[in-house]
Amino acid sequence: MLQIVVFSTLNGILYGMLLFMLASGLTLVFSMMGVLNFAHASFYMLGAYLGFEISRHLGFWSGLIIAPLCVGGIGALVERFGLRQLHRLGHVSELLFTFGLAFVIEELVQMIWGKLPVNYNVPPSLDFVAFRLFDTTYPAYRMFMLLTAVAMFAALLIVLTKTRIGLIIQAALTHPDMVAMLGHNVPRLFMVVFGAGSALAGLAGVIAGPALVTQPSMATLLGPILFVVIVVGGLGSLTGAFVASLIIGLVQTFAVAMNISFSELLGPIAPPLLGDLWQVTIAELAPVIPYLLLVTVLIFRPTGLIGKRES
Amino acid sequence: MTSSLRFLWPWLALAMLFAGAPQIYSSGSALTMMSVMGEMIIFALSFNMLLGQTGLLSFGHAVYFGLGGFVAIHAMNALIRAKVGVPVVVIPLVGGAAGLAFGVLFGLISTRRAGLVFSMISLGLGELVSSSSFILRSFFGGEEGITTNRTKLAPFFGHKFGSQIEVYYLVAVWCFFCIAAMYALTRTPFGRMCNAVRENGERVEYVGYSAQTIRFIAFSFSAFFAGIAGGLTAVNFEIMNAQQLGAQQSGLVLLMSYIGGIGHFAGPILGAILITFLQITLSDVTNAWQLYFGLLFIGFVLFAPGGLAGWLMLHRDAALKRELWRLAPAYGMVAPALAASFAGAVMLIELAERQLALARSEGSAMRLFGFEVDAASMGPWLMGLVLFCGGVGLTWLVWPKVTGAWGSLTSA
Repeated sequence: MLQIVVFSTLNGILYGMLLFMLASGLTLVFSMMGVLNFAHASFYMLGAYLGFEISRHLGFWSGLIIAPLCVGGIGALVERFGLRQLHRLGHVSELLFTFGLAFVIEELVQMIWGKLPVNYNVPPSLDFVAFRLFDTTYPAYRMFMLLTAVAMFAALLIVLTKTRIGLIIQAALTHPDMVAMLGHNVPRLFMVVFGAGSALAGLAGVIAGPALVTQPSMATLLGPILFVVIVVGGLGSLTGAFVASLIIGLVQTFAVAMNISFSELLGPIAPPLLGDLWQVTIAELAPVIPYLLLVTVLIFRPTGLIGKRES
Repeated sequence: MTSSLRFLWPWLALAMLFAGAPQIYSSGSALTMMSVMGEMIIFALSFNMLLGQTGLLSFGHAVYFGLGGFVAIHAMNALIRAKVGVPVVVIPLVGGAAGLAFGVLFGLISTRRAGLVFSMISLGLGELVSSSSFILRSFFGGEEGITTNRTKLAPFFGHKFGSQIEVYYLVAVWCFFCIAAMYALTRTPFGRMCNAVRENGERVEYVGYSAQTIRFIAFSFSAFFAGIAGGLTAVNFEIMNAQQLGAQQSGLVLLMSYIGGIGHFAGPILGAILITFLQITLSDVTNAWQLYFGLLFIGFVLFAPGGLAGWLMLHRDAALKRELWRLAPAYGMVAPALAASFAGAVMLIELAERQLALARSEGSAMRLFGFEVDAASMGPWLMGLVLFCGGVGLTWLVWPKVTGAWGSLTSA
């Protein structure tokens, strides 16, 4: 039991930090530009695939550096030549643009790398056992992922709170007109933030690719969960996104580890109605839990756990 | 007399179109396609009741379509087992009732807010239902889905609905009445209040209406019609599976409505017809058809946010002013450029598809616009690139003429 708790906690935090790497960019872009970027998870997928492609030619570590930069560049181009053109048409058009973009990226990835998962493996230099606890081993690559995610989190925190550009970004979140008045190029700032958010998503893709499966559906699998994270945390709130990422990471990982059904849990008090509903194990319920959480939070707290704004 | 004629002739024309279409396109595949078009028209119109008329962007509309279909198919199986003499023609109503029931249930949750929060709840509910479809296997039938046999239901005036033509007419009649009902709804005071909620919810509250109630009623109506579309689909295909309530179906209906044009009542009808046609024919011609869909959608979002209907209405206004000819020279100049860039883009996509996805298994030789080409050689790639870049460049150069022509027209 203790071993399940320890490993689930580790994996849950890892998954949560990975979610936060994606959610932070998404929520920053949202609070600046009012655009909920449907293609954000597609940038994550692009990161994984580019990382795979580069690692085949130049090795994993080059991929770790180059792939996020490429994805960031693509993101900046999307902002400059797509979203900025649509700004005058309103937020719905921008949202639909990113929706179509996600669709196109998935099709392109399928075209280039095929519909089956690609063979993106853990690099040999990280392919060893990190530690052993109660007869169960923990791979070093997962520790590496965790460290990268924590390092990114620290870097983001320092950039946003301690540097000049971070202060300008924070100011532009709430008072873009005033920031423009002071002589800063706000559209370019948007492009930089969008590109940086995409690069962060790309980095998450590069490090998650070998551990999870690199396949064309990875964006559609993760995308909705990202929305759950930023909505549950509170739209536009970085702290909220962090808390929600960890909650969802932990809840989902623990749910997967619990292999008992409701009929076992409830015993004789389980009603005879809806037979197969009570046979469902908590592990099988894991994919549904984030959405249940989303709906419950939105009913009782439409602003999310920490957020202040509604839309 | 003339005013009632003016009101009635579009409906007479529509009825004639529905009745006459099988005379022109009588093959089995055409009948199936037209049946699907009818279902999708209802579905897309019900979606636009939310997006176009009430300003609610839903990412989970297929839930009501799919649940309507599933309940309809279970109802059919139950009727067959119980040997109750209910004909298949009323089954879509069962689907509609199911859609309405789930619409009321989920609408209570999701219509409390408008805007982004509504969209997010609809996305969450959509994912919730589609991921629980893999848990509740006895209702959703798991991977295989649920099947039925419509001919085992009671005959309706001697018709057992075994042949596709009978099913087509069933779909056509339902589609006609649903279009009429949804159009009538837009003409009622309630329909006008929906538009008011879309434009400015706050002012609606000042006038004394509850925007939340209006959103809720519109949502329930919309789910009802989506359920009818689902019920018709269940009757048509005799099978429902979890894909039909998933994110892809929800995305498809958004695509249809938007490309058709959400600003005009007939827009989603056009979109449903076009996209269904493309979906069925394009998937035979090319493997990359979904990519074309995505690009088409992005193209409409970027360059024609009014959709097909918006574009047609602009030209109708010009034609009514008898000024359409003024546009002709500019259109004549821009059309070859657009055609070249389109052909170039298609060439590049097809070559890439062949070279990247199929070359290993089927070789790099292919037919492109009727010519034999080799996707591994440089020639066709260069030609595609030149066509595309040249076409885009020319369009960019000539486009001011088009805007100029439109400018001269409105000022005249």
